[in-house]
Amino acid sequence: MDVRAQVSMVFHLDKCIGCHTCSISCKNIWTDRRGTEYMWFNNVETKPGTGYPTQWENQDKYKGGWEVKGSSLKLKSTSKAKYLPNIFHHPHMPTMDDYYEPWTYRYDNLFNAPAGDDQPIARAVSMVTGEPMEIKAGPNWDDDLGGSPIYASNDVNLKGLPEETRQQLNALERLVFFYFPRICNHCLNPACVASCPSGALYKRGEDGIVLINQKVCRAWRSCVAACPYKKTYFNWSTGKSEKCLLCYPRLETGQAPACFHSCVGRIRYLGLLFYDADRIKEVAALPDDKIVEGQRDLILDPFDPEVIAGAKKNGMSDEFIEYAQRSPVYKFVKVWKIALPPHLEYRTMPMLFYVPPLLPVLGSTDNNIYSNKTKPEDVFHKFDEMRIPMEYMANIFSVGKVDLMKYTLKKLMAVRVFKRAQTVGDIEMATALETLHAADTTEEEAEAIYRMTSLPTFSQRFVIPPLHREMAVEAYKDPADFKKSVGFGFTEAPKRGL
Amino acid sequence: MPSLLAQSESLFANLDSVLFVGLPYAAIVLFLYATIRRYVSSKFGYSSLSSQFLENKKLFYASAPWHFGIIALFFGHLIGFLIPREILWWNSVPARLYVIELSALIFAILALVGLVNALHRRATSSRIRVVTSKMDVVILILLLIQVVDGIWIALFHRWGSSWFAGIMAPYLWSLFKFSPDISAVKEMPFAIKLHVVGAFVILGVFPFTRLVHMLVLPLSYMWRRPQQVIWNRDRRTTKS
Repeated sequence: MDVRAQVSMVFHLDKCIGCHTCSISCKNIWTDRRGTEYMWFNNVETKPGTGYPTQWENQDKYKGGWEVKGSSLKLKSTSKAKYLPNIFHHPHMPTMDDYYEPWTYRYDNLFNAPAGDDQPIARAVSMVTGEPMEIKAGPNWDDDLGGSPIYASNDVNLKGLPEETRQQLNALERLVFFYFPRICNHCLNPACVASCPSGALYKRGEDGIVLINQKVCRAWRSCVAACPYKKTYFNWSTGKSEKCLLCYPRLETGQAPACFHSCVGRIRYLGLLFYDADRIKEVAALPDDKIVEGQRDLILDPFDPEVIAGAKKNGMSDEFIEYAQRSPVYKFVKVWKIALPPHLEYRTMPMLFYVPPLLPVLGSTDNNIYSNKTKPEDVFHKFDEMRIPMEYMANIFSVGKVDLMKYTLKKLMAVRVFKRAQTVGDIEMATALETLHAADTTEEEAEAIYRMTSLPTFSQRFVIPPLHREMAVEAYKDPADFKKSVGFGFTEAPKRGL
Repeated sequence: MPSLLAQSESLFANLDSVLFVGLPYAAIVLFLYATIRRYVSSKFGYSSLSSQFLENKKLFYASAPWHFGIIALFFGHLIGFLIPREILWWNSVPARLYVIELSALIFAILALVGLVNALHRRATSSRIRVVTSKMDVVILILLLIQVVDGIWIALFHRWGSSWFAGIMAPYLWSLFKFSPDISAVKEMPFAIKLHVVGAFVILGVFPFTRLVHMLVLPLSYMWRRPQQVIWNRDRRTTKS
């Protein structure tokens, strides 16, 4: 057993209001430079929808992630035999047209236009070429367009659903969507790292953050093609790839990443997970129907004395282990089992988990009119009538396993029934307890889920481990050496090469 | 060394000496100095500077033929330089000579097609123009002259693979042994002289262009483990 720590995340989708504050706070800090305009380390998608870049989940097109061949895992996009012949032109590299061409407006024209009969206008101009352009797509072009025949209908996750169910999703009465905020998953088996010919990408041992060394990146573009979540981006100006860095300079000073800190809906949780690094390979190659449980199994109990001993062997301090024990992510993923990883079938072992949305609340039809007067005792019989098809949700969060999705949603529903019985009282407590029991939970657990979901404080949501960066680096290097440099020990201006 | 000193008197009086002794040594020194200096002082700039993200389709018809063509030609020249005797032995049978010459010509045409497409792409795509530097244009034109000249030599000064082994390889070896002997090379036709000069000019400007990416060709990927984990501290010592 090789006990390692991962700074992991949970996004509670029921609480996401789709305000994009996370995207903006990230962009203002990291991607407001030339060449990065189109990069959204954090973006919020509407589901069903095509996402960003368009249809990123279609791996027949993008060839991201891993596949099991024989008994071993192989990257879909590259291999030791293919990478050199493909280095001159990567066959699976997405282009700017799969994202969008960034633009701004000629605002100065509003002030400087000569007097005339018409109002002056601010034309859209490309931020790449500076030429006037027709805007055809943007980073969030299908925002709130659930039910759209162009976007929602082309969601890759609708595959395998009967035509009738797909049609219902477009019907006005049954139209439904939810928000799906995405950052880098800081995977345990990252395809981007495994694909980089230069070895510029790496996973940090102490906290599992996946980074790109800008001085080693040579623009071979493999990571962009290999990441199935399309969360490594190519900076067309500097000729280097860039990705979400989980705001590690903030984490190292005890602050939550910008997107977490600014989250209006307070949907985000951050904390440590311990995992067994010896078993990553084995779990990543599990068959589709076992891999979700397999990943849960890979995550270790930070209270287990054997795990604690293993953690200490790998240099983790008592304080660090205590933070892992307090991790909200551990509770959501492993104890309560209500958080699921996105698209585990890509086999990168993402370490960002989602509490799937219950919305819209269960309903029934009364004279063909939708009503939400479902009786608590009917709750679990109504899952098949949910407006959002269970198979669709399972395709995103549980590798198509509907039973796992139902388990999660049942528990979330039971907590609501229980709290309603407690606070409103229009449900019999006996019925509520029965509901809890049927959902494999208890009063105490329901109360804990309720508290962590509805009333958590800042420090309960973000249990940021003491990373002791100062001991790792500053003890050996004089910080004054780096004074007036560009920061983070990077002493060279990031200018495009000759 | 003595013969170098002997020739140094007429070095600047004689154009051939400047072109075939001065230029090569200047180019090699510049190449070594500037390449290493750039690698040490500005690693960030060492990149292939791919523009595939901005334009994908035309790039395939430019980059792929160019690279496959030029790599074959580079190794062809290198082999002629390293084992001239064996090349002459191989060429002693006409059928084998034709195989070498014809395949070299095909690779040269591939390289030319790639270059022309690359120039066309840089000229016509507005997105690509944004990321085109002056040195990109300079090096493309130098390479175009070199490749066209090479094809001209292959067609009109036959058979290159044989006389290269007999004349150019000894000349290049004499440069490396610091006793330059230009008696044969200065009698060569203009096209061949231009090719030699062009080669050393390209070598000299090499460190100031994107060509440096070939020095960081990531061969180590072939034997690397897939995942890379880097620890900031020694993971076996517990901090408390």
